Amino acid sequence: MRSAIVERPLDPAALLAEVASVANGASILFVGTVRDVNDGRAVTGIDYTAYLAMAERELADIVSEACDRFETAHVVVEHRLGTLSLGDASVAIAIAHPRRGPALDGARWVIEALKQRVPIWKREHYADGTRSWVDPSRPAAATRA
Amino acid sequence: MKLNVLLFASYADAFGKDRLEVTLPTGATVSDLVREVTSRSDGALLPPTPAVAVNHRHVRYDRVIAPGDEVAIIPPVAGG
Repeated sequence: MRSAIVERPLDPAALLAEVASVANGASILFVGTVRDVNDGRAVTGIDYTAYLAMAERELADIVSEACDRFETAHVVVEHRLGTLSLGDASVAIAIAHPRRGPALDGARWVIEALKQRVPIWKREHYADGTRSWVDPSRPAAATRA
Repeated sequence: MKLNVLLFASYADAFGKDRLEVTLPTGATVSDLVREVTSRSDGALLPPTPAVAVNHRHVRYDRVIAPGDEVAIIPPVAGG
């Protein structure tokens, strides 16, 4: 297992290769990317920032908990910081398990835990030139994926 | 006890800085800290009960702050 918060472009295929093993019949790769619309506004990019020391520790805790919860040692997560363009990968999660059920469930559990617990923030850039911090606790964000 | 409280994202924007010098009496709790910070004019932009971390862990408001603790006020997180 491994986790990292980085300022370089992510290489999701490398994460998938990292968890691959002949013992694992299922490998899942989740990639979160910057999309072009949020809450009805045209988005052109996102700045990601973090409370780095706490974010690294919290992300490592999540990966460790996922390994215990889904009974695998093969979980790797990377989250990128900095200014990202449309389509850029902000987060990549690779998890492998002998069976598909825990692999699928584990990937979902890790991304949801990351979104709830890791102190990372994003400021969206909009097509009209304005920028705004995303606050998922606001009701307008309730339907955000 | 003097603390440099860490601020991030929208909270740093609210104060125009990423750390805030706060003086608290010995034995002060996180609740005391939040009251001091949100009572400042710039603090009106913060919610009344923001999340707080001490030494990289989320803490409850009855947590006593010790000299040398790393204290941060945490905006709603938005990773992923």
